[in-house]
Amino acid sequence: MMVCVTTKDQTSSELILRVNGAARRLRLDHRTTLLDALREHLGLTGTKKGCDHGQCGACTVLADGRRVNSCLLLAVTAQGAEITTIEGLASSGDELHPLQAAFVERDALQCGYCTPGQICSAAAMLGEAAAGWPSAASASLTGPVTLDAAEIRERMSGNLCRCGAYVNILAAILDVVS
Amino acid sequence: MKPFGYVAAPDPASAVAMVSERPGAVFLGGGTNLVDLMKLGVAAPDMLVDVTGMLPSRIERTVRRDGEVGGGSLLIGAGVRNSDLAADPLVRAEFPVLAQAVLAGASGQLRNMATVGGNLLQRTRCLYFQDVTKPCNKRVPGSGCPARAGEHRNLAILGGSPHCVATHPSDMAVALAALDAVVHVEGAAGPRAIPFSELYRLPGDEPDRETTLERGDLITAVEVPALGQAVRSAYRKVRDRASYAFGVASVAAALDVADGVVREARIALGAVAPLPWRARRAEQVLAGRPATAEWFARAADAELAAAAPLPDNAFKVTLVRNIVVRMLSALAGARAGDTA
Repeated sequence: MMVCVTTKDQTSSELILRVNGAARRLRLDHRTTLLDALREHLGLTGTKKGCDHGQCGACTVLADGRRVNSCLLLAVTAQGAEITTIEGLASSGDELHPLQAAFVERDALQCGYCTPGQICSAAAMLGEAAAGWPSAASASLTGPVTLDAAEIRERMSGNLCRCGAYVNILAAILDVVS
Repeated sequence: MKPFGYVAAPDPASAVAMVSERPGAVFLGGGTNLVDLMKLGVAAPDMLVDVTGMLPSRIERTVRRDGEVGGGSLLIGAGVRNSDLAADPLVRAEFPVLAQAVLAGASGQLRNMATVGGNLLQRTRCLYFQDVTKPCNKRVPGSGCPARAGEHRNLAILGGSPHCVATHPSDMAVALAALDAVVHVEGAAGPRAIPFSELYRLPGDEPDRETTLERGDLITAVEVPALGQAVRSAYRKVRDRASYAFGVASVAAALDVADGVVREARIALGAVAPLPWRARRAEQVLAGRPATAEWFARAADAELAAAAPLPDNAFKVTLVRNIVVRMLSALAGARAGDTA
């Protein structure tokens, strides 16, 4: 991935971010995180800034399908990755992603600020479990993964909800699992 | 945050050259700690040398001297992400202590970003180190340490000094200490290998110097020697909430028991010292002794005799003792493949 277009002393770069299937050309100060690039430069405000220190998960997006904290990912390092935000999670414009529908159905939120991060995180988490990745809650490191409540709580621990909607978030994810 | 240049290094040698020659340059791995420290003003590099695109990011068996593959050690590229390390079939099957340690740390998102090399070199989460409005001998040498008289509940009980009682925050490193890992480094003078036990320094009167690495040294891989077939290993971490929290105390252990007698025990303690703390006194006590809770307790006590806790973390002495006894007892009774 050779994408460096700067000389050593430049503090900004011309770069291309691929977000929700579209390539976007930007000139960004190197200090710009992917989160700020999305919100402040690309108008994609679905991704939320909570703590801005990688502790709350509100900024969770997918990079090549893997969930990451966009507040700790410098935009200049996100070139070459396919970024998916909450705006691009559903496969078509009018349909909700199954997790979005389940969150609505289960009323899995109060203020909603953590919700985009919760849903992006859950979407990738389901893929990790399907790939057989164990978690700290798994009885065995090598056995099959069964996404029960304890597994989902552990795997979703990187997403905080200060309203405390965890009970319904768990129910919504369990709905999609089953 | 100070403006900075950015270069994606094409290969280890040029990355090493760039950081060696420029005092303000640092390596960028996953960024989960460094970018945060830059936001906090604790780190202020003027150049980031991104090494994630070219560092080895595979996990493979080394080839034995006789040319056979298998049974040899595991070579983990420094660019491997934590989540891929914990998910690796070989790591899960043969080094449960390592998989468990990685899974005990951070969150799913952070594990997807963090690299093995970066994990080893992450900085302490001591509150004073992370707060630029406070003195800290590690951040500003000679400025003082408010922790001993202040907030130190989660700081060191072993290996600290009057100048610093910060703890090393990594879980992975505790497992690698118990596994006698070897750290492969590319430096200005070429490549070299550093035994894990020689990677970190105790703070003494220079808490700002945390490792034996020189400026420009780049960790390229970590090698983990094979564990014997009979060895059971596990990681146990105690923290203030059930998930996504730094440890209050943790133990990594690999135990070889035959006929109820300990042939070899390897024990490392986490979150209780400035570095992943290899418990060699405890190991010596256990060698050749019955694999019983009584002897596990004696071993823990021998190690913890050197503890120098502060008023608010004295509880860690008892906590570590109890974790050691409980997990070694579980390992002594465990079947292969079980988790403790």
